[in-house]
Amino acid sequence: MTPPPQPLRPLARHTGRTVPLRRSNVDTDQIMPAEFCKRVTKSGFEDAVFHRWRSTPGFVLEEPGRAGATVLLAGPDFGTGSSREHAVWGLRDWGFVAVLSSRFGDIFRRNALKNRLLALALPEPAMDRLMTRSERDPSFEVTVDVAAGTVGADGDVWEFDLDERTRWLLLNGYDDIAVTLREAESIEAYETQRPYWLPSIRPDHPSVPRARTAQETT
Amino acid sequence: MDKPRTLAEKIWDLHRVPRPADATTGADDLLHIDLHLMHEVTSPQAFDGLRLTGRPVRRPDLTLAVEDHNVPTDTDESHDPVGRRQLEALRRNCAEHGIELYRMGHARQGIVHVVAPQLGLVQPGMTAVCGDSHTSTLGAFGALAFGVGTSDVEHVLATQTLSLPRPRTMAAEFTGTLPAAVTAKDLILALIARIGPGGAQGHLLEYRGEALRTLSMEGRMTMCNMSIEAGARAGMFAPDEVTFAYLDGLPHAPAGRARQDALAHWRTLPTDPGAGYDRTVTIDVSSLSPQVSWGTNPGQTVPLSGTVPDPGQFAAPEERAAAVRALEYMDLKPGTALRDLNVDTVFVGSCTNGRLEDLRAAADVLRGRRLAGGTRMLVVPGSAEVRLRAEAEGLDRVFTQAGAEWRLPGCSMCPGLNPDRAGGRERVATTSNRNFEGRLGGRSRAHLVSPAVAAATAVAGRLAAPEDLT
Ligand code: SF4
Repeated sequence: MTPPPQPLRPLARHTGRTVPLRRSNVDTDQIMPAEFCKRVTKSGFEDAVFHRWRSTPGFVLEEPGRAGATVLLAGPDFGTGSSREHAVWGLRDWGFVAVLSSRFGDIFRRNALKNRLLALALPEPAMDRLMTRSERDPSFEVTVDVAAGTVGADGDVWEFDLDERTRWLLLNGYDDIAVTLREAESIEAYETQRPYWLPSIRPDHPSVPRARTAQETT
Repeated sequence: MDKPRTLAEKIWDLHRVPRPADATTGADDLLHIDLHLMHEVTSPQAFDGLRLTGRPVRRPDLTLAVEDHNVPTDTDESHDPVGRRQLEALRRNCAEHGIELYRMGHARQGIVHVVAPQLGLVQPGMTAVCGDSHTSTLGAFGALAFGVGTSDVEHVLATQTLSLPRPRTMAAEFTGTLPAAVTAKDLILALIARIGPGGAQGHLLEYRGEALRTLSMEGRMTMCNMSIEAGARAGMFAPDEVTFAYLDGLPHAPAGRARQDALAHWRTLPTDPGAGYDRTVTIDVSSLSPQVSWGTNPGQTVPLSGTVPDPGQFAAPEERAAAVRALEYMDLKPGTALRDLNVDTVFVGSCTNGRLEDLRAAADVLRGRRLAGGTRMLVVPGSAEVRLRAEAEGLDRVFTQAGAEWRLPGCSMCPGLNPDRAGGRERVATTSNRNFEGRLGGRSRAHLVSPAVAAATAVAGRLAAPEDLT
């Protein structure tokens, strides 16, 4: 197979300061309130992220010592609910490179990794340690190593799971659609064998592959 | 003999595109997508991505778009300039790529998860995706249907596939005898209360068991709809005679010879005896009663006959902290009876409970009654077709005579994205699926309920079951 194009900067390792958000079940409606999801652009969401909470005095994201932090430490079940990718764009536009939690909403995590926001799960005790240290010290830093599959801080190292394909995409700066399109022939072959009775919204459309009809299958 | 497989595994295997040996895929499978549904909110950036890379839409004939999230429900014209730009983007994108679009005012318009099933576009054994987490609704047909983000929408537009690791499977077994007052909504709320909002995280969840035998397709859709509220990737029911009868005669369902061929295939799909799930949870329905959420995630739910819990009763510190926060937001005290809570607004609608059966259930309670003074009630059909049918049965007059508003189809109050927003600190009884902070607009406080409880609440002016009404 021909190697895929490499349009993005490889992402292998990141070190940054942290923001501790000690709340569980932070759904994507909280990360990105609905009114901002009416936008048709994919960037410029930094003003909108956590909008409802940011007006609360003392909200951790707005603490002066947290400016420039790039790693969000979140409570369990972060990013549950709506599939809105705007939540990921908001965190990324704010400047986050990684979000760590003991458990994520599935769609959020997938959206995040597709946007190269490193949503990585660590065991609960690890999260608790990181959170406590970050709460005490705004200059506390962690290092996320995509290649090694570890998060390190102050001499502690924890492993995270990352599927092989995502790791490969991140480490090489590949675009996942370009990677899949290299398999266009296999997709085409599959499509000519789909059962003929499956619904089609526009059966007359020129994109419909010549499928076998009921007569041909007998 | 072949290894016994679950419904989800069979559908997965049927949709795997064979991959070349040298594709670097890790544990992923390349899954072909039979049906790609779209709406205005999560698609514009995907089309922009195609434009930037010069990629065409691979299968416009397997793609359908509707306008639902930000449409107003009192007129066929959007007067919100920002919302309108999003609708215009969808119209432009669909025109450019030859994608069928049901616009506001079209006879087939409505909430995407209500529209697709009633057209017969969702059939057993299919894969379906949409840039919307409640795509899980469609699993009621024995399909593998799940929500995706905008990046995946673009991936499906360009390739008609998704590269995914095979999820784990989970069974929710419902045993016992279903009490008459317990609806599909109560069943799914009770399950989420039991396993928590992350309880099925990462799993394909199959609803099974004797107690669900009597559920209609609409009830199954209600349950599958809220699978995502339990954290599941998708929810599903095995297809059976109820499924096949529902599909018979729908515009896109197979007919004649094709139906016979399809039926032979559909009957092979249910989980084989002896097939194993990665996890199983069993729930006895015999002692269940109508449910209502008290907090700010759907897992924070108790029986309507119960009281607001004390955070101290939760063992896990995170859960306790979440309960404290939720009580504060919801303005509730531990020990308060749910039935004592006054409600400002009642919303009947959404992809959870905006189908004909739901409207009938609400109308049955409202017939010959009036809303409590000061209570506002919105009844919003899930689609134009539901609206027409409800009107043919005279349900609209039941609603308006009771003092409720009968509106045009759309997501309405559910997402807080269109003019039907709850304002201020309104307390709302809603048949939708999410009670998140501010979900319905403003700093409103939402209680998730079934259509019957919603209607009884509108009459009583406080949370109530039909049996409470005199
Ligand atoms: S009704 Fe609510 S949950 Fe359903 S699609 Fe619309 S916004 Fe989403």
